[in-house]
Amino acid sequence: MNGAPHIEVRDLAIGYGDFVVQRGVDFAVGQGDIFVIMGGNGCGKTTLMRALVGLQPPLAGTVRYGGKDFWGAETEDRQRLQRRLGILFQGSALWSSLTLAENVALPIAEYTSLSKPQIDEIVAFKLALVGLAGFEEFYPSELSGGMKKRAGLARAMALDPEILVIDEPSSGLDPLTARHLDELIVELRDSLGTTVVVVTHDLASILAIGDNSVYLDADTHTMISTGNPQEALRNGDPKVRQFLKRGDAA
Amino acid sequence: MDRAWQFDLRSAEAGAQVLVLSGRWCMDEGLPEADAVASRLAANARSLGFDTTALADWDSSLLNFLRNLLRICAARGIAASTAGLPKGAQRLLAMAMAVPEKTLLGRNNGPRGIVAQVGAATLEFFRGVPAMLAFLGEITQAFGRLLTGRARFRARDLWIEIEEVGPRALPIVSVISFLVGLILAYLGADQLKLVGAQIFIADLVAIGMVREVGALMTGIIIAGRTGAAFAAQLGTMQVNEEIDAFKTLGIAPIDFLVVPRILALMLMVPLLTLYSGFIGMLAGLLVSVTIFDIGVFEYYTETLRALTATHFFVGLSKGSVYGAMIAYAGCLRGMQCGRSAEAVGRAATSAVVTGILLITIAASVMTIVYYQLDI
Repeated sequence: MNGAPHIEVRDLAIGYGDFVVQRGVDFAVGQGDIFVIMGGNGCGKTTLMRALVGLQPPLAGTVRYGGKDFWGAETEDRQRLQRRLGILFQGSALWSSLTLAENVALPIAEYTSLSKPQIDEIVAFKLALVGLAGFEEFYPSELSGGMKKRAGLARAMALDPEILVIDEPSSGLDPLTARHLDELIVELRDSLGTTVVVVTHDLASILAIGDNSVYLDADTHTMISTGNPQEALRNGDPKVRQFLKRGDAA
Repeated sequence: MDRAWQFDLRSAEAGAQVLVLSGRWCMDEGLPEADAVASRLAANARSLGFDTTALADWDSSLLNFLRNLLRICAARGIAASTAGLPKGAQRLLAMAMAVPEKTLLGRNNGPRGIVAQVGAATLEFFRGVPAMLAFLGEITQAFGRLLTGRARFRARDLWIEIEEVGPRALPIVSVISFLVGLILAYLGADQLKLVGAQIFIADLVAIGMVREVGALMTGIIIAGRTGAAFAAQLGTMQVNEEIDAFKTLGIAPIDFLVVPRILALMLMVPLLTLYSGFIGMLAGLLVSVTIFDIGVFEYYTETLRALTATHFFVGLSKGSVYGAMIAYAGCLRGMQCGRSAEAVGRAATSAVVTGILLITIAASVMTIVYYQLDI
């Protein structure tokens, strides 16, 4: 690993066609940080996340992973960089026609030459990590929302990614389940040193797990660099403080 | 029962007017327009107050009336005071007026002229063509990967699709083919009777079913049954971000989701076509024997004489092409699906329409080509 930040976003503009959702998005994420991208509804959080993981090209600007240009790279190089990412989608996006074990096993089977029994062992271990041991043969539709999220996390962790990108971890979860998921994310970061990018508007989650953060402003279509969320809550930008206090006067 | 609505304008002093509202101001009363009241305001009016002491009952239609009235007052420079209104009405009015109405949001949903609609539809169609070709290209690449052994292909997916597409379609294919065979036999009997050659019903039914109608009927059934299912399945996966999950893993969703479906249809539709031809001939036999007094053995030998390997080849080739077209249309519309339940419905509908259109075009082209080649 060279000295470059783990993730570096420079002057990114995102949007659809003529409609720019955010411009001048600029931040860097260090190795092992939990980085929070926060903002209100419609501010472009998810669009930014899609640009980070390779699902939607940005209108301008660069994204670098470990110093390597992501969108400027050839498709194959980009796919190689993509493989360093593990992604947990908002709705978990588990493949509905596959069992949990098959969901987790698929990426492993694709990119390693391990034998079936070896893969099975890894899958059992990953599912155990997220507290779903014994659910190998269940289909996604048979699980509760919280279990789906955890299974999605197990799949995102399947290839031991250096970077985990998580879209709205707590959406659709009750406060306790959301908190367990937060704890799980922190636990994984602490033990594996994984860099985590979390896209969310869940205040409890932002304040509990964020090391560093940016705030995307839906009105001005620009971002505010906010640093540590706890710090931002005490003496950050008034707009961000208002957001972090659910609208109470900053 | 309270009295119906009533209003009265009083002038307290020069330019200051008070609107007195009384009775029921509710939706079912047919309230007056704000304009009608506003037009009775004195020309020199400077302020407007309200007196609602005799107001019996009101709902949101009163608020709507007041909101329009207040707007008119604002436009005419009349200072309106809501102080005389019921407390609740005052608060609701303040809420409704708090956020100014956004105009020019870039939405123009008004009715469009027929020319504009035709133009938009035409543009839409031509915009769709490059996407269709691009998808065809992606599928070709995926098959290239499959043939060179570099594709990520799971045989199990193919078997699941084959089971779903083939055996489960047998009942409906049987029913339709039987009835179509029956129709063909009647149609032929009527015409052939004129020349006293009713035995040729066997030729007509056999060649018609095996070469042409079996494949066409099977194609249309499968387009409605399986093409729509493909679009709905892939569309739902699109909504659930499952397709995105494939993409971010660097796995081409085409290899995983589209190739097995196309293969399954290319294999199963020809077999269903054969089956359909067989059932159609059975129906022809039944009609000929029971209605037109043709012997079972006679019909059987005539059928054998008429059917050559070429007819089977033509039928099978058509079935295979139709199968590919249906799968292509279903997968295309599924992969193009938007991210809502409504979009999934549209994708399924569009898959059937596109599928049947493609089948019909292919049928015409192949019939002409085979005729010219004398096959």
